[in-house]
Amino acid sequence: MTETVRDTQAQIIESLRKLLKKPMPLGPTTNIVKDLQLDSLAVMDFIMSLEDQFEIVIPLDRVAEVETLGDLALVVDELRGRK
Amino acid sequence: MSILSKFAPLRQTYDQLRSVGQNPFEMVFEGMLSSTEGMYRGRKTILLGTNNYLGLTFDEACIEESVAAVRAHGTGTTGSRIANGSYGTHRTLEKSLAQFFNREHCMVFSTGYQANLGMLSTLAGKGDYLLLDSDSHASIYDGARLGHAEVVRFRHNDPDDLHKRLKRLANEPGQKLVVVEGIYSMLGDVAPLREFAEVKREMGAWLMVDEAHSLGVLGANGRGLAEEAGVEADCDFIVGTFSKSLGSVGGFCVSNVEDFDILRVACRPYMFTASLPPSVMASTIMALRRMQEEPQRRKRLHENAERLYYGLRNLGFAVGPQCSPIVSVAVADAPLAVEFWNRLLEGGLYLNLALPPATPTPAPLLRSSISAVHTPAQIDRAVQLFEAVGRQLGVLPPLVNTATRKRVSTPISAPPLAEVAMLASGGIR
Repeated sequence: MTETVRDTQAQIIESLRKLLKKPMPLGPTTNIVKDLQLDSLAVMDFIMSLEDQFEIVIPLDRVAEVETLGDLALVVDELRGRK
Repeated sequence: MSILSKFAPLRQTYDQLRSVGQNPFEMVFEGMLSSTEGMYRGRKTILLGTNNYLGLTFDEACIEESVAAVRAHGTGTTGSRIANGSYGTHRTLEKSLAQFFNREHCMVFSTGYQANLGMLSTLAGKGDYLLLDSDSHASIYDGARLGHAEVVRFRHNDPDDLHKRLKRLANEPGQKLVVVEGIYSMLGDVAPLREFAEVKREMGAWLMVDEAHSLGVLGANGRGLAEEAGVEADCDFIVGTFSKSLGSVGGFCVSNVEDFDILRVACRPYMFTASLPPSVMASTIMALRRMQEEPQRRKRLHENAERLYYGLRNLGFAVGPQCSPIVSVAVADAPLAVEFWNRLLEGGLYLNLALPPATPTPAPLLRSSISAVHTPAQIDRAVQLFEAVGRQLGVLPPLVNTATRKRVSTPISAPPLAEVAMLASGGIR
């Protein structure tokens, strides 16, 4: 994992902690749907908030690839790099 | 393991739904008595969930035209227009619609769903961008999915959010097509189209408006939200359906964009499906005429909508953010919604039950659509029934208005993220 991906992941986790109602362990292997107990609307809202946070656009087909926080960090990091 | 095993969680939810009473997704009416009444289990039932906005399904002139067409041209076209050829009626229907919308071009599709499937998947190609309102109907999401463009969502009815996203894409070379709906099918809220048009102009994007629920409903001539907002020139593509105000089935797209007709040999959902049968087109052409000849239907529609919307709101029900012919009441959770829906049906009132994720928020909706031909007595009966059931089930006094888009903490389901990505406000077609 590169430095920038680690940084992106840390920022995503920090944002997620603010969103979640109760504290839970979060890491690269955390499954976004199964582990976080967020409904699908909340997940899409979270993705949109990340778009704003990182000033990027995450196309839906890229979201479809994502299962874990680690996957998400890779996608966000790649899109940040494209700016 | 069966190939259908993946649907086990859905099966469980579905069975729970059925165990309460009637199955809201498999309703069978024994007969239709009029545009507003049907027979269900041997009793007269008020129909308050049929999108039959102008009440033209039993219009004598429409029926006569349909009967004459089926006698003259037969029951079906038995194939697609590119293979079997068009009938004169296809052309007449397209010309009638183009003329009504003051547009150069029109293509008709076999359903409204296919109109979106066809237009979105074909207009935006590889390297292009589709910008969709997050509460878009399933047909819009599915059209996006069928094509090869990058798909980006913006926050519901938020032109500033669209602007922000278009700005981020400003240096990307592809074309950008923005898609919004005139009236959103779940809560009946209307898009701020004038503001969207401003953003579109400034950012050099294309704009498509789906007027499925606003054709015949909005605008001085019933041309929809684009007419009402005074921005028809900014709307490059208007799509819509015949299955609501026009009382039949089918879809269309009208446009002034040059060389539009090339889509007839590029748009797969247009090319590779059977075309509309003559009887359907004949009634649609007449319905379009009736709609223009009788603007009083639209006036009555809005009077009826107000009667229902304010009737329910004044009782304390959580209705949508604005009055329109779609009036939805949000209730706390799915079991309550199912119970409520069943009791309304037992009382002789049919409407739509909408459960997440087909709803814009996790709150289930009891969704009504009003018609110009509902009588005040039918609407009052509906409001009375709502009140009686609302008190029986403890829904009254009021819940929080859905306009606040309140979230509930309990997850309704946990679909894989790939499905979440394609989450559609399932909507009603």
